[in-house]
Amino acid sequence: MSDREMEEMKKLAKEALPPMRDAELARDLWPAMLERLSTQRRGMPWWDWVLLAGASAGIWFAPGVIPALLYHL
Amino acid sequence: MELLGRFAAGDVEAFETLFREYQCDVYRWILRIVRERATAEDLTIETFWRMYRAHAQFDAAKGNCAGWLRRIATNAALDHLRRTRREVPMPEDPPDRPKTPAAERSELQQAILSAINGLSPRLRVAVLLALVEEEPYDSIAEALGISVSAVKVRVFRGVRILRKELTAAGVHP
Repeated sequence: MSDREMEEMKKLAKEALPPMRDAELARDLWPAMLERLSTQRRGMPWWDWVLLAGASAGIWFAPGVIPALLYHL
Repeated sequence: MELLGRFAAGDVEAFETLFREYQCDVYRWILRIVRERATAEDLTIETFWRMYRAHAQFDAAKGNCAGWLRRIATNAALDHLRRTRREVPMPEDPPDRPKTPAAERSELQQAILSAINGLSPRLRVAVLLALVEEEPYDSIAEALGISVSAVKVRVFRGVRILRKELTAAGVHP
């Protein structure tokens, strides 16, 4: 493909999709970011609860694993 | 402790300062890729959320926060394109009656849009940034985490596919 063909395609692409490099952000996104931070901090993911429950059940039903776990930590 | 060091240590105030400093740059970068304002806003927040979660991995000594953010933003935008990949249908077969120049132009633009949207996300990002936004190859390479020659290959492949698609649609670029 020649440089001329590449330039032609560039021209066509720019006509169909005007460049957006000068676009401005319409609002401050920090409040939305804060909300996201507080939402994510609030809860522990469900799989963490599953792991915790599994580990608790394992220790409850087989307390003999505790020394082995401590040994491997 | 300087700002980046405080951020790396998990200080939320330092994070807020960085957020306010870079949110416009990140938004504009993402907008160039996804080309929808609301989506770009959401992805800007997603980018900073990823940054915040990875604060402990940030190397404050290197201090290249803008480069790191751009890389995260590009990945977030690519993930979005992969999730929402859709193809815009090509224009239907043209009727026999003569077309006005405006109609021809509109049809051509629609065909180009369809062809660009039909590219795989990684080719589309390279084509959009290189051809439409005229970003330097080294800047695209840094954002994508690949070499400059790999960017050139992606752009070349993308343009070749575009030409093929347009020719198949009866448009001869």
